[in-house]
Amino acid sequence: MSLADGLYRPGDTPVHRLRPQVKIVALVAFTCAVAATPREAVWAFGVYALLLAGLFALARVPAPWVLTRSLVESPFLLLALAFPFMVAGPEIRIGALTASTTGLWAGWNLLAKATLGVWAALLLSATTPVAGVLAGLSRLRCPEILLQITAFAVRYAHLTVAEVTQMRLARLARCDDPRLLWQAGALARSLGVVFIRSFERGERVWQAMAARGYTGRLPLEVGPAPAPALQWTAALAAPALAAAIALWTTVAP
Amino acid sequence: MTALRIEGLHHVYPDGHRALDGVDLHVREGERVAVLGPNGAGKTTLMLHFAGLLTATEGTVHVGDTPVAKKTLPEIRRRVGIVFQSPDDQLFMPTVADDVGFGPANLGLRGTDLADRVAAALADVGLTDLADRPPHHLSVGQQRRAALAGVLAMRPDIVVCDEPSANLDPASRRDLARILHATAPTLMLVTHDLPYALQLCERAVILDAGRVAADGPTAEILADTALLERHRLELPFGFSLATALEALRP
Repeated sequence: MSLADGLYRPGDTPVHRLRPQVKIVALVAFTCAVAATPREAVWAFGVYALLLAGLFALARVPAPWVLTRSLVESPFLLLALAFPFMVAGPEIRIGALTASTTGLWAGWNLLAKATLGVWAALLLSATTPVAGVLAGLSRLRCPEILLQITAFAVRYAHLTVAEVTQMRLARLARCDDPRLLWQAGALARSLGVVFIRSFERGERVWQAMAARGYTGRLPLEVGPAPAPALQWTAALAAPALAAAIALWTTVAP
Repeated sequence: MTALRIEGLHHVYPDGHRALDGVDLHVREGERVAVLGPNGAGKTTLMLHFAGLLTATEGTVHVGDTPVAKKTLPEIRRRVGIVFQSPDDQLFMPTVADDVGFGPANLGLRGTDLADRVAAALADVGLTDLADRPPHHLSVGQQRRAALAGVLAMRPDIVVCDEPSANLDPASRRDLARILHATAPTLMLVTHDLPYALQLCERAVILDAGRVAADGPTAEILADTALLERHRLELPFGFSLATALEALRP
């Protein structure tokens, strides 16, 4: 597995079998429903979490995998933890600390919504290969230039990382110790070299593409087949439920 | 019929380096020609001119009767298929099948026509089973074959391979030779791997300092030790030309 594979976990579950475009739409719809839910409806977020947990189980994605990958949101978590002590408002005492209730609600709001959003995105990336996500986006008429940039970034990021790793090993083999300040220059220079090499690689890639008749448009529509109505119904069931809850909690007193 | 005609080709890079200094070369249809030469002889520069990827400082390149010029580039690039030295530079689409389909899709093929082209090219190189894999998951030998499939899918008149045997293990090397033998209509092999040139090409051209230094049957060129030495080429240690020629006899 390399960087270019993203977080994909190969499998053959009902979630894996859904067409990528269906899952992307479901992810966006679900995230919108979560974001629209009033923060005071604490039980609603519990239902959303249970829903996602059920889908993770269906896709055979283990909980520890989800939790370690969720660390990506830790900067937001720190912010959420800081809110109760930064935001002004009516104060309550928690042990030796004084927190504002407005801040507590704001922190909870960020924590719950960000976590659910990250989990939903993890569900998509665990069950869809990167190529599938790109093909699905292309099917959904995402602007082609964005797809091209993403496709190239995905394809060449792992080559660049491999290059950086190899250069690091080659430096270490010649007794480089990057912990020493005066040797940081070597690191900076080799990053410069990586930049130049990537630039030159770009030119060679372009030449290879032009040799096969490339004139500025990627034929990315070699994408997935259209999704049958049954798949749309199945995939949109979860966001539809979330939307109903969001609506209920907003309208109900 | 002439497949490729190069006359008085000069190429000077922007930094003043003169890579080609008056190359003349005629290749007939169906011929298999090895372009040999030491590092820095101008082999890759010459190869890039075949598909109009560089603009000649002086001189002309014709593919069949068509001159390489700005307005003929789409036709030229359909007729000349280049397999680049590094598969990482060539394979860039998310899956092998998408990558093989890149060239034909640029030619305007869609739907089943495109799928058929891709399937046929993958079958030619024996990669049908790996069609849906990401290219970076393949071995170097498989990557080289995928890159060749991407070129064959365009049904070119001339296949040009830049150092095709580089970094290949012996079995992958033999597989690739067999595939090139079976599929390439007219073959240009740019290499300094002399045994591979002997195995695949009946004619060899030595390029040195941007000029054609020798041109003749591969077996004769490789037998001329003094000539090879003058151009910083040599057969691998222990290689017997006589044994190799005996093995190549039909």
